Amino acid sequence: MRRKIRILMAKPGLDGHDRGVKYISRALRDAGYEVIYTGIRQSPEAIAHAAIQEDVDFVGLSLLSGAHNELFPEIVRLIRKYGGESIIVFAGGIIPEKDIPFLKEHGVEAIFTPGASFKEVADFIEQNKRRLSH
Amino acid sequence: MKRLTEKILSGDVRAIARAISWIENDYAQKEQLIDDLYPHCGNAVVWGLTGPPGSGKSTLLNLLIARERMKGKRVAVIAIDPSSPFSGGAILGDRLRMQKHSTDSGVFIRSMASRGHLGGVAGATADAIKVLDAAGFDLIIIETIGVGQTEIEVVEMTDVVLLLLVPGLGDEIQALKAGIMEIGDIFIINKSDKDEAMKTKAEVEYVLSLNDNPRKDRPNPIFMTSAVLNLGIDELSTGIDLYIEELRVNGLIEDKRRKRIAREIRLMITAKIRREVEKQLGLNERIDSWVDQVYRRKRRPYAMINELSDTFFKKNRT
Repeated sequence: MRRKIRILMAKPGLDGHDRGVKYISRALRDAGYEVIYTGIRQSPEAIAHAAIQEDVDFVGLSLLSGAHNELFPEIVRLIRKYGGESIIVFAGGIIPEKDIPFLKEHGVEAIFTPGASFKEVADFIEQNKRRLSH
Repeated sequence: MKRLTEKILSGDVRAIARAISWIENDYAQKEQLIDDLYPHCGNAVVWGLTGPPGSGKSTLLNLLIARERMKGKRVAVIAIDPSSPFSGGAILGDRLRMQKHSTDSGVFIRSMASRGHLGGVAGATADAIKVLDAAGFDLIIIETIGVGQTEIEVVEMTDVVLLLLVPGLGDEIQALKAGIMEIGDIFIINKSDKDEAMKTKAEVEYVLSLNDNPRKDRPNPIFMTSAVLNLGIDELSTGIDLYIEELRVNGLIEDKRRKRIAREIRLMITAKIRREVEKQLGLNERIDSWVDQVYRRKRRPYAMINELSDTFFKKNRT
């Protein structure tokens, strides 16, 4: 078995600050994962379809604009709707503490806020990859 | 398995995507899956798109997909990017330029890491083409890594190779002619808005005129495009259709496909036997001790290897 973990990285909404998502994508590459980077200003529909077509194990969302409470749950909903039952969604960006419980309730399993280290992201993926279905 | 096959044949995106992962991860079930799908293959036309890094392959492809969709074709793309030889990881970024087609149900885009395979494509590409073909896509486009001169394997998988070149390669055109210049069917000078574009075209024409082309009456078409300014795309799109039609009429497409199958049979049989040999000889467990013996000059390489292969053949004689 040479199972490779595939991760889709995306920036939903209208925010163009992609330094963080690029840094994490690069670090994930160096940690041995296959990262599909879809770029900035993605609609929830486009992200969900990409996640299915690419058959990814994880989807990482980055958002610094404040629209996370609207966009993240919608993306999770669409991923599930198109058949990605087991895809694990995590997120990063400027997200206030008080919003985290709401996002977790809506299927965003981990949220990395400013100051989080890459190791925390890598640990999250390592700990959760055994849950993957195939 | 039967359900997955049926789902793929009905065009189910999740099933198609999952099947490609099976192939990439080299799961044992993939053989049965491909064999089940195979009777439904043979309807798709397969393009290869190759060219140097940064020449605009993905950006051009984004525009070509739109043209093909207007013709009513269902389009699948396999976009290949390199895996890191150190970490095994990869950043697959071609999709970024084509993301606007993500929500179109007539388009399927899959990014694929080379996973150590050389030649500009991935080891899984040939079987992934079969899945997409069986799933009913009319056109399958393989976008190669774009590493350069030896990126020729794509020619053995596709019906037509589009070679993308850009101004500013200058004298390198001369160097290219021994490698990548030989595999193109259709030549595209992208970034035609740049000053040197006409000069590049003249150089390409010159290099092609030196080729010992068996079809001198029908020189390779050359197109000028600017993907950024959306120029020349219609002409190119029509040109590709005409070229493929010509291949069909002359029976050349059948030649190509027969060659493709011949090559695949060779590769598949040798891969299968190699795995069996490695298993029986316990290659992975014993390689260190063999290295040690040869390194310390205790044994001579050919004598050792012949002894090992003799053991294998004797064991398998009956």
